[in-house]
Amino acid sequence: MDLGFDEVQMLLKNSAREVLEQECPITLVRAMEEDERGFTSELWQNMAELGWLGLSIPEQYGGQGMSFFDLAILLEETGRFLVPGPFFSTVVLSSSILTEYGTESQKSEILPKIANGDLIATVAITEPSATYESNGIQLTATKDGSNYVLNGTKLFVNDAQIADIILVVAKTDDKGDESNGFTVFIVDKNTSGMTITPLDTIASDKQAEIVFESVSISEENVLGEVGKGWDIAKRVIDLGSSAKCIEMLGGADRVLEMTVEYVKDRTQFGRPIGSFQAIQHHCANMATDVEGCRYVAYHAVWRISEGLEAQKEISIAKAWVSDAYRRVCAIGHQSHGAIGFTKEYDLQLYTRRAKAQELAFGDSSYHREIVAQQLGI
Amino acid sequence: MDFKFSTEEETFQNDVNGFLKQELPSDWTGETAYASSDDGWNFNLKMKKKLAEKGWLTLGWPKEYGGMEASIMSQVLFNEQMAYNRAPGIDIWGIKMLAPTLMVHGTEEQKQRFLPPVANGEVQWCQGYSEPGSGSDLASLQTRAEVDGDEYVVNGTKIWTSNGHRADWIILLARTDTDAPKHRGITMLLVDMKTPGISVNPIVNMAGMHEFNQVFFDNVRVPKRNLVGEENRGWYVGATLLDFERSGVQYSAEARRTIDDLVGFIKDNPSSNFDLSGREHLRNRLADMAIETEVSRMISYNIGFMQSQGFVPNKEASICKSFSTEMEQRVAETGMHILGLYGQLTSDSKWAPLRGRIERTFLRHHSATLASGTSEIQRNIIATRGLGLPRA
Ligand SMILES: Cc1cc2nc3c(=O)[nH]c(=O)nc-3n(C[C@H](O)[C@H](O)[C@H](O)COP(=O)(O)OP(=O)(O)OC[C@H]3O[C@@H](n4cnc5c(N)ncnc54)[C@H](O)[C@@H]3O)c2cc1C
Repeated sequence: MDLGFDEVQMLLKNSAREVLEQECPITLVRAMEEDERGFTSELWQNMAELGWLGLSIPEQYGGQGMSFFDLAILLEETGRFLVPGPFFSTVVLSSSILTEYGTESQKSEILPKIANGDLIATVAITEPSATYESNGIQLTATKDGSNYVLNGTKLFVNDAQIADIILVVAKTDDKGDESNGFTVFIVDKNTSGMTITPLDTIASDKQAEIVFESVSISEENVLGEVGKGWDIAKRVIDLGSSAKCIEMLGGADRVLEMTVEYVKDRTQFGRPIGSFQAIQHHCANMATDVEGCRYVAYHAVWRISEGLEAQKEISIAKAWVSDAYRRVCAIGHQSHGAIGFTKEYDLQLYTRRAKAQELAFGDSSYHREIVAQQLGI
Repeated sequence: MDFKFSTEEETFQNDVNGFLKQELPSDWTGETAYASSDDGWNFNLKMKKKLAEKGWLTLGWPKEYGGMEASIMSQVLFNEQMAYNRAPGIDIWGIKMLAPTLMVHGTEEQKQRFLPPVANGEVQWCQGYSEPGSGSDLASLQTRAEVDGDEYVVNGTKIWTSNGHRADWIILLARTDTDAPKHRGITMLLVDMKTPGISVNPIVNMAGMHEFNQVFFDNVRVPKRNLVGEENRGWYVGATLLDFERSGVQYSAEARRTIDDLVGFIKDNPSSNFDLSGREHLRNRLADMAIETEVSRMISYNIGFMQSQGFVPNKEASICKSFSTEMEQRVAETGMHILGLYGQLTSDSKWAPLRGRIERTFLRHHSATLASGTSEIQRNIIATRGLGLPRA
């Protein structure tokens, strides 16, 4: 067993931290919360040049051909720096499943554009039913000649406002089940019949509602096989939930660091508050939570990356990290006193995102249930 | 032991309830952050006037100051109803902080001048205690008040001043003797917020609301007749808050309302994804919250009972504050869990359940365990004053 990073991975981690310290100051994070698009082309192009956008895309499609695990290393840093923009939707989710399920022509058309920063993509699974279970999908795609016609509503779609293509999970067989009833479509943003409305959210992230009214999609734009779309959706949820854990780990680690810095510095009763046992116990509990996050999260990602069965590990990680990160933020606030409750202080940027991340790809209740099922209880 | 309220108390509770039903808009979901919008504030002022007419602002005040001298238990019930309904209209700094202090330490002239406007709901007070360098260690405060003829000249800054941007007057603690031990050089002054030299800077909290402020004092001249009690005795004057109910019943009332809202919402949306049947984990969690809320409520009732028997609750109030505020956070968190992905939507969103109230409560309650004495300080009090353990 070796739980360290190898040389290449260390290099990736260190250079990511250096770059983001320069290119992603907290002022940018704050500005992007207010910004409609939520990212700058400058940072995006920069990430393309660094090879990050194509990190796990095969070399023949203009990427770096690195693994999902390597991508995770980068995510720990983007989580730490709260990097704004569609990195998760485009790179972690879309490019991964396009690589796995795309036809040769889809891949050679789309992947190089993602790698060089010319195309933003996202995945639309959830609907007003607000669940990641297949029975929550009501959006239908009905065959009409060589086209499919999509009708329904997607909700909580990240970065839909800015995406060039949206990978939409639709029901293609009313009586079908997870093995044959769903299909994924690659939908161009300019297709007529789509209405995208931004949502106001706790994290000021860029989520949206998309209403589909008779949106006609050519059968060439089916991703994977007709009827086999739930496999893809499930894959997105697995990749998404495990990768979210790493992103959250990066954030939690930073919250711990901020809090320790603060309690060393803040003086009350003539001594640093970090010298009070109550605060020391708070910090110890935070450190314990962060340590717990690190290895369950990397374990899940590692299993996926190695192609091993990973369902149980993914759900253990997402259940634990979702709760732990929220606890870390809460204790962080408690240890900061009133200053941490202000909008001006950076802690709240993490707390609000922690909630959104907790909810994404299944919260702790959802994943705890899967763990229970995996245990056979 | 007898847990029943007297008939009188029950009648009063019904009166309060009836009044609130009548005065609050039918779709009132409550705006506890009323200081952050003009509409909210104006409604608060209107309610304050009406409560004054009823005599309920001064429910606990002695008759000689125009109060109703109501029993402690009636005060508990009143505060419980107000909190459950999220009704605005109470200036807690004027009514619960300034008034009892003046009744004990004020001059006759001060009582005449300051108490009637509070009783009539005509002024708003705020509390200028905390400073950037002095939070839990309040006695280390640095704002200076120096004598110059008939006046004090105040320089320094106060922070986290709730309603500072709405207040007419501020209860100020300032240092008048820099050589004395820290508790012995502090003086309480009543300061008109319109005095030249005062400026108020908004601080927006993490829920995006403007409720507290930083207040700056630049050579602010305060007449000596606005000194409360003796010079340099302000620390002890400031500690005179014990006359009225301190049950902390508002915490369980607020939490109970949140739980009731959630339960109502779940029932209104059967066989939706808010339906908890088959979701044992969340059902248990919500049930736990209902249980904890009842525990908190009983702790509060006991504090009210102790006070009504002439005892001064001490560790009991600290136990109530730390347990109940932490419980409120758990309740909000549970609500967020139940709402799932919808929980993250803010009040502006057409999709937001309960008009985004749970989301806002979740964010705002991060401060519950900080304001008016942090959980850690409460536990220190429980351990030292309550259990007799040695001080750190
Ligand atoms: C919403 C809100 C409204 C407020 N309104 C007002 C107001 O109107 N007027 C006013 O004057 N003030 C107000 N306050 C200020 C409030 O009284 C202070 O926030 C509180 O006293 C804590 O001080 P602090 O924030 O400086 O934290 P600090 O005192 O710096 O505490 C930071 C952390 O250290 C811990 N700590 C400190 N000392 C010890 C110790 N001895 N042992 C163990 N742990 C310790 C604390 O518990 C906390 O976890 C408000 C605060 C909030 C959040």
